[in-house]
Amino acid sequence: MGYIHPYIPNSEEVKKSMLKELGLNSIDDLYSDIPEKFRLKRPLNIPHVKSEYEIYKHILNILSKNKTYTNGRNFMGAGAYEHYIPAVVKALSSRGEFVTAYTPYQPEISQGMLQTLYEYQSLVAELFEMDIVNASMYDMASALAEAALMTVRVTRRKKFIIPDNINPQHIETLITYTEPHNIEIVKIPYDRKTSMISIDALKKEIDTNTAGVYIQTPNYFGVLEEQVDEIEEIVHTNKSMFVVGVDPISLGIIRSPGSYGADIAIAEGQTLGAPMSFGGPQLGIFAVKDNKKFQRQLPGRLIGLTTTKDEKEIAFVMTLQPREQHIRRERATSNICSNEALMAVIAAMYIATLGKTGITKLAETIATNTAYAMKKLDEIKGIKVPYFEGFHFQEFVMNFDDTGKKAEDILDKMHKNGILGGINLSKMYDIGESVLVYVSEVHTKEDIERYIETLKEALK
Amino acid sequence: MSQANKLDDIYRQARWHEPIIFLKSTKEQVGHNVPEPDKEIIKEIGDIKSKIPKALIRSTPPELPEVAEIEVVRHYTRLSEMNYGVDSGFYPLGSCTMKYNPKINELVSSLDKVTDLHPLQNEDDCQGSLQIMYELQQWLAEISGMDKITLQPSAGAHGELVGVLIIRKYHELRGEAEQRTEMIVPDSAHGTNPASSAMAGFHTIELPSTEEGLVDIEALKAAVSEKTAGIMLTNPNTLGLFEKDIEEIAKIIHDAGGLLYYDGANLNAIMGKARPGDMGFDIVHMNLHKTFSTPHGGGGPGAGAVGVKKHLADFLPKPIVDFDGKKYFLKYDIPHSIGRVKSFHGNFGVLIRAYAYILAMGPEGLKNASETSVLNANYLGRKIAEIKGFALSHSQTLPRKHEAIITAEPLLKETGISALNVAKRLLDFGIHAPTIYFPLIVPEALMIEPTETESKENLDLMIDAMKKISEEAYTNPEILKTAPHNTAVGPIDEVKAAHPKTMALTWRMYMKKHN
Repeated sequence: MGYIHPYIPNSEEVKKSMLKELGLNSIDDLYSDIPEKFRLKRPLNIPHVKSEYEIYKHILNILSKNKTYTNGRNFMGAGAYEHYIPAVVKALSSRGEFVTAYTPYQPEISQGMLQTLYEYQSLVAELFEMDIVNASMYDMASALAEAALMTVRVTRRKKFIIPDNINPQHIETLITYTEPHNIEIVKIPYDRKTSMISIDALKKEIDTNTAGVYIQTPNYFGVLEEQVDEIEEIVHTNKSMFVVGVDPISLGIIRSPGSYGADIAIAEGQTLGAPMSFGGPQLGIFAVKDNKKFQRQLPGRLIGLTTTKDEKEIAFVMTLQPREQHIRRERATSNICSNEALMAVIAAMYIATLGKTGITKLAETIATNTAYAMKKLDEIKGIKVPYFEGFHFQEFVMNFDDTGKKAEDILDKMHKNGILGGINLSKMYDIGESVLVYVSEVHTKEDIERYIETLKEALK
Repeated sequence: MSQANKLDDIYRQARWHEPIIFLKSTKEQVGHNVPEPDKEIIKEIGDIKSKIPKALIRSTPPELPEVAEIEVVRHYTRLSEMNYGVDSGFYPLGSCTMKYNPKINELVSSLDKVTDLHPLQNEDDCQGSLQIMYELQQWLAEISGMDKITLQPSAGAHGELVGVLIIRKYHELRGEAEQRTEMIVPDSAHGTNPASSAMAGFHTIELPSTEEGLVDIEALKAAVSEKTAGIMLTNPNTLGLFEKDIEEIAKIIHDAGGLLYYDGANLNAIMGKARPGDMGFDIVHMNLHKTFSTPHGGGGPGAGAVGVKKHLADFLPKPIVDFDGKKYFLKYDIPHSIGRVKSFHGNFGVLIRAYAYILAMGPEGLKNASETSVLNANYLGRKIAEIKGFALSHSQTLPRKHEAIITAEPLLKETGISALNVAKRLLDFGIHAPTIYFPLIVPEALMIEPTETESKENLDLMIDAMKKISEEAYTNPEILKTAPHNTAVGPIDEVKAAHPKTMALTWRMYMKKHN
């Protein structure tokens, strides 16, 4: 019968007839140009072929070693967030016409993907109050790195200022990307009481070589930056660019980056309808102010609105492509090609499903549950919550210094009792024995109470 | 029914007049009930909005559409019907390896134990996912002939960035970073190669190809110097040809003190047949969304695993997954690591699909996939080259690998019909167009990569379609110039989208211009 596999439709018989038509005897004739010494003469040392059921069972068995903590038991955030994903989003985003398509190079046959990505750009634009949104970056970390590179291209300056209160993985990624270009990354401290950025330090650091200044709000500690207008003025007076990282859902109730003059706004879009999936795939949201220079210097793909040539119908196409690697090559704004399009599709479906009321209500629920958790936790003796003052959204720092206990031990004990208590910050920051806790709409009152009980138990 | 008539009636894409979602909005409609805080919580906390500092509160809610659930469902269902994927039909887009995306891959990547795992959970909780990553690293190392793999990069170009940063760091450690500023890239290379080199601060030296379509060894010898940091090469190259002088190329680059980077976009041709690691490459990236069957999702997410030889293992991004014989763990102790290129450890949702694919294929299956993809490309290339107006580019005798480049230059000269016209007309027959006008060194290029997952019937269908297109070009060119006819919309005005007067990159911009 010869070789047969469900993914390969041509039988050996058919292959023979094709070879015959090509005037060849065997497939090896097609490999005759590979030098003898480079031909692999043994089978690859990988597992033998399995049936679909065996694959399923094999993977289920391995995955059974994973321990997951859904149903209100996961209080970990810090860059990957558990939210409820509406059934609609899962059903629609898994349609094969979307999932198995390539980048929409042939727009007439790809209107579905193009319009959905255009809607993604447009929905995010409304949420952010920014006019231009690209069709995605890999994640928020790489979005920050690309934002920094863009500020350098636009301003032709070489220094980028970040506060010390932003996601540490983002800082690492930023450094990796900017190092080859001799861009100076300068960290400024945060206020010890509020964790908001030190305006004095910013004023001291900012100079004529400063390409951009970045803030993240809510910051890594869950605190919203209240000095955005003041920072904007300082940055723009200095003719530097203002880059802002936000949480997209928070914008249901919190001022948008567009409203306070951000030149570039970035975010982690995983939060909009995608699961955590061990940290990937995620979605780098990248928005800019409408400005000719920014249009030219923006990294990533853009979908534009146009019409058919007969002008009878609205249509969508990829546009401003001369910025991109396949045309500009060495002088492209970025090397990005494959992006996170399907994650953008998911985000579009998520925002469209929630709509105006849904996003606002969701933000309110998250902020309310966060406030409640902080209040109740602060009632526990020896625990300081929140450690920093200010308005919190979905995350906060809980400090154990007055309990005499180690954050690590407390988290371990909670973990043993089935709760992911948060991220241990004690070794990362000079803020004593502290933990970063995440609370959202997935946590009910009972879940928060269970957390508190488990914590009390761990403190004994 | 004659073959020609069969083609005429073969494809009709849905043509919904589906407005943008903003126009489907009705005031105060909701599409989803989000959870509200418990009544007791509200009692205790009160109205949260009253607690938001003035400087922070959003005064007007975002102008998002308000659409009922059923209308959201219909909207995106209709849009999906106006899209085309591998699930819809033949997608011979060169260099993109649009093979079938097995459904079992989708199933395993959506299991709760995959989706609900937080990346910062302790290693004991993540043994399943870490084991899958570790084994995938081992298998990819074996397939590519490399020693150590990172799964962190999100895409091919992201992998390239990791690769060129490793090259940079390697020279830096040897005290030659200032001196080695040039990256050699053939003129047939993917655009990402020069763009990635630039992101690592290198200057690109473009290398001409020979008439045959291979690296010009003499030109290479002339190009290398003490400034050479390395070369970025695909093999088989973007013309679908195997660089048979790879041993000499490697020697020239290594003797000059440079490193060899392998762009794995074309790995699908040689699995189980030859390995870049054996050919002298120091660094390799593999597009799991091409060779290893994970879907392209309309542009991503992908995964761009990078493999290196032992002497570069200490430069990999951190963390990578390791195993101490008992436990899988994330290794952060990598002395000369280029750092991190991503928030977390990799696109796990993509990685597990590639893992399932390799299990489904086994050693024999991967080899057979490569062989069949090469047979399909040669069959399709040769047959199309026989059609009036089309020809194979470059060598007429060398066997193709995974793809064949056809030039429509004769057709253009004789009939005025361009590669673009051909591409648009193919859509009418329910066949996605090949990559066009790439590689840049081929005039009127049609880059055709059928992959192994297409039957001979589908290849013959495309051959028939190309014959019909050729006939039309010589007898009825108008039908080609006005194509496509059977897609959701007809020819699109691409200029208007980019013109400053009409440019509307978001609905927000559009409304500003029209109100």
